[in-house]
Amino acid sequence: MNIAVLVKLVPDTAAQIRLMSDHSDIERRDLNWVLSPYDEFAVEEALQLAEKKGGEVTAVSCGDESMVEALRKALAMGAAKALHIKREGPHNLLAIARAIADNIHERKFELIFAGCKATDDESAAIGQMVATMLEIPCVTEVNKLEVGDGSLTAERNIEGGSELLEASLPCVVTAQKGLNEPRYPKLKGIMMAKKKPVETVEAPAGEARLDSLAIAYPPERPEGRIVGEGVEAVPELIRALREEARVIE
Amino acid sequence: MDFTLTDEQKMLRDTARRFAENELAPIAANVDLDSDVPASVIRKMAELGFMGIVFPERYGGFELGEVGYCLVQEELSRACASTAVVLGGHVSIGAMAIYLAGTDEQRERFLPALTSGDRLAAFALTEPGAGSDAAAMRTTAREDGDEFVLNGQKTFITNGGIADVYSIFARTDEGRGVRGISTFIVEQDTPGFRAGPPEKKMGIRGSHTTDLFLEDVRVPKENLLGTRGQGFKVAMRTLDVGRLSLGAQCLGAAKQALDLSIRHATQREQFGGAIARLQAVQFMLAEMAADVYAMENIVYRTAQMCDNGDPFGREAAIVKLFCSEALNRVVDRAVQIHGGMGYMAEYPIERFYRDARITRIFEGTNEIQRIVIARDLLKKKMY
Repeated sequence: MNIAVLVKLVPDTAAQIRLMSDHSDIERRDLNWVLSPYDEFAVEEALQLAEKKGGEVTAVSCGDESMVEALRKALAMGAAKALHIKREGPHNLLAIARAIADNIHERKFELIFAGCKATDDESAAIGQMVATMLEIPCVTEVNKLEVGDGSLTAERNIEGGSELLEASLPCVVTAQKGLNEPRYPKLKGIMMAKKKPVETVEAPAGEARLDSLAIAYPPERPEGRIVGEGVEAVPELIRALREEARVIE
Repeated sequence: MDFTLTDEQKMLRDTARRFAENELAPIAANVDLDSDVPASVIRKMAELGFMGIVFPERYGGFELGEVGYCLVQEELSRACASTAVVLGGHVSIGAMAIYLAGTDEQRERFLPALTSGDRLAAFALTEPGAGSDAAAMRTTAREDGDEFVLNGQKTFITNGGIADVYSIFARTDEGRGVRGISTFIVEQDTPGFRAGPPEKKMGIRGSHTTDLFLEDVRVPKENLLGTRGQGFKVAMRTLDVGRLSLGAQCLGAAKQALDLSIRHATQREQFGGAIARLQAVQFMLAEMAADVYAMENIVYRTAQMCDNGDPFGREAAIVKLFCSEALNRVVDRAVQIHGGMGYMAEYPIERFYRDARITRIFEGTNEIQRIVIARDLLKKKMY
């Protein structure tokens, strides 16, 4: 089975993010960069599938030179080879998706995995856009997957329940938390990653038709509220948790 | 001078960090309480490849260098000092002695099972009457036909009883001082060889520390590591590596103690606010950070020297001396910042405080490190 997995390098989710003084971007220096956590689920699922059904996994990333680090991580986890679609210039989802679609459509991937979103810009768009450009189905936020001959069944959470989908191959699958437990690279994998091929192709920056104007820190969390004391407070607490915080049903 | 990590080194650090956070941190308190690093943890380290990290590929290793090894030791030590010591006993001294002193044939015979972690190694130099004074060693190895016959007792041996392969130092030639000492490989099932029960210790309780007893232990001549009479040199070269990675262990523990202290100082409220706003606490945090920064720099600078093939014996002694004393200063301040809570076994800082004390003693006491450093200075007659 010929499988692709789309990956991206993002700031470590544990990092303290600071903004540039003009709020145009985050401060990128001194950050620890990691393979996007949802992409890890995607890589893991791709590897498990290749191990079960045979075939190989190609890691694909579009962006500047730094993306090679994300590819190396996927290779160290077990991907066979990597494709770096080198693209400089401003963040432009349409151009990135176009570059990926243009460079993978002739490679006859039966399955294309991606994280359901990157943990930096949270766009949750590339997988769907690539599927649309390739004119193939796309199942998003998948937390359970079965792949058969020429088709797959996938489960995803929806508001208040779950949905079971069937799709024909080729197909794009975006991975949600819970799909699997991503492995961490063993030393053998890290050492072998150095020897695996990384193919580089150039892609245009594309015309910017959408601009990010500014980013801001999240609002300070409001102070906690004491709803009452003792047993009498329980009904009000439950009401607040259900109706205001919406954390219980 | 470049301290930037390569992609490989970053991945290695991230793997070690995740292993430490997911598999060690949750059990570290129990490892201390039960005085045992579970065999499953050692197996998991072997599966990840930690046992072969510094050794050449031809012996089943991963050639990730001392820098890579120090990164791993640093991360493990943030979570569980005992586990870091088990790995250190295996990699930096047990297997390292075989790698540094062994002939190609001996390396090929013993290293692959050690780099894969199928077998665990230990290093046995210290005796009841020969600690810092290695020349006072009384364990003997008498030549008898195609064999050597070993007799004597070793003490305070890390991984004693759980290791399969021991690098053991014994006197082959009387009256020749340290030049009469040789190194032998003894396998745990050799008749006449046995380990005593694990010692009860102040800290690093999860690592097994035992006596070793040798009564007419016969080993083939092929088990004499390298050249006869070179044992003391082997021990010193091996300990150079051990001292460097011990510095990395101190660094990891100190970083964690500092992070725990920052967290506590910003959460603990006294006199109407977090204690972190008090200058007395801020000064302690600042001094801890200065120690950690210095440790970080000398550990990785010296690891780079080692990987570049430069001599680093004096620097390793400085790393060991400085990092162990810096760690002890850091954990002492960490307990002080935690106040009464820092003294309670419920909080990890109490364990860090106990675990730290041994670092000024083992792998050569700090007094011996000072002698090593001073001798080198006086030999060269300059810094």
